[in-house]
Amino acid sequence: MSDATLRTTARRAFAPDWGMRIFGLLVLVYLVYAASQLDLGFGRLVTGLGEGARFLARMFPPNFERWELLVEGLLESIQIAVLATVIGLVLSLPVGLMAARNIAPWWLSGPVRAFIAVCRSLHYVIVAILFVKAVGFGALAGVFALVVASVGFVSKLFAEAVEEISMKQVEAVRSTGAGTLAVLLYAVLPQVASRFVGFSLYQLDSNLRNSTLVGIVGAGGIGGTLFAAFKRFDYDFVSAILIAIIGLILLAELISGRIRGAMR
Amino acid sequence: MSAALDIRGLTKEYTAGKPVLRGLDLSIGAEGITAIIGPSGTGKSTLLRCINRLVEPTRGEIRLKGGVGGDVDMAKLSGRALRLARRRIGMVFQEYNLVERLSVMENVLCGRLGYVPLWRAWLRKYPEQDIERAFQLLDAVGLPEHATRRADALSGGQRQRVGIARALMQRPDLLLADEPTSSLDPRTSVEVLEMLTRLAAAEGVPVIINIHNVALAKRYARRIVGMSGGAIVFDGKPEDLQDSHLSQIYGGEDWL
Repeated sequence: MSDATLRTTARRAFAPDWGMRIFGLLVLVYLVYAASQLDLGFGRLVTGLGEGARFLARMFPPNFERWELLVEGLLESIQIAVLATVIGLVLSLPVGLMAARNIAPWWLSGPVRAFIAVCRSLHYVIVAILFVKAVGFGALAGVFALVVASVGFVSKLFAEAVEEISMKQVEAVRSTGAGTLAVLLYAVLPQVASRFVGFSLYQLDSNLRNSTLVGIVGAGGIGGTLFAAFKRFDYDFVSAILIAIIGLILLAELISGRIRGAMR
Repeated sequence: MSAALDIRGLTKEYTAGKPVLRGLDLSIGAEGITAIIGPSGTGKSTLLRCINRLVEPTRGEIRLKGGVGGDVDMAKLSGRALRLARRRIGMVFQEYNLVERLSVMENVLCGRLGYVPLWRAWLRKYPEQDIERAFQLLDAVGLPEHATRRADALSGGQRQRVGIARALMQRPDLLLADEPTSSLDPRTSVEVLEMLTRLAAAEGVPVIINIHNVALAKRYARRIVGMSGGAIVFDGKPEDLQDSHLSQIYGGEDWL
């Protein structure tokens, strides 16, 4: 480019992004429109806060009179969580290995990855509703729902961990004439075992939390007790249940934290 | 001298039409060390990896001879037959390739994975004579006290010794060593080569070794094969290797 053209052409350091500006304007217009459609005005906010204050007042003091019901619900939640975690992990191990593209052939890893995607696509509460309809009310539906969630989560992370292993170690073991399973046992699993334990502890935490919720849709556990208390407006019992759940989760975090610390 | 390995017309193309190995012919005797020298990227590693089929050859024959397994063409095998043939070929790697999270003993016993049933490997219930031989090999490579240490706790020289013990644990008919000393310091390199030579001679296993250090190659090998551009350009005794040959193998002469 000659000096002449440089001088005659206006030089801009930053090009204006008209597309982005128009997009931002459209988002703003939509937000105003949506809020007005849903009647989210200032008046609605004031009424809502007033209701909230009354609700909180009725939750206090927590009522632990029906503690037997509470303990029974909690125990059932724990059982659902532990069962679902163990079954989920046993399934995740082979599923994760079959989904890892560096050790499984493409015709196997492809469909298995699709299966994992299906497990992850639906929220576990929706899966719980489906299982309640399919196998009936109670803990069985809750266990099934959390198994699906566990397989979706753990096998995906596990497959990713397997894809990051050193293939040199795998190659060396394969070159000794070891069969496929022996290679998995001696070259693949040792490299990912500690990460698998980490995922497992995390999933146990997560299942404990989730098992308190599946009861709301009738799949067993403390969630059912909580939902019943809501429907009867027993807000003091509701707060007792919430405190118990928070205590359980904190305890679980504490224990798994200790285990993780000890493994290092 | 009878041959342990007979390679005929071996060609490897990673991309079609661009051969890394160009119709190689090579026969390896039943004992002694054969050193393969040549510039980086000339196909030395590919050649070794074709022999035990970590790399798929495009064309050619790789006949493994003698031993209890009889004659087989490595290039034609697959599945179980390939695994049985791989047991007969030990391999030592540049970066040792030990399973870092396993103990030294477990790494050495990897050499038996092609022989023992899976449940034995899983439960670490190896036959008594395997354990005994593993201890003997650990003594022989100079690591008698390290059986229960984790492989990632060892130094480079120690790891390569474990790598050699693992390869010999297979009771191989042939040993391949792919740049076994390139990650080691000069003194450790000599110690490791010394040991490899001694143990291979004691076991009566022929060794093919890829090596960048020409002086070490001349010192330990009884035969030197020079490769350039995917073909063999020199094949003879160490004392016959002249500067003119080196210039032909590596190109140029200012560095000589």
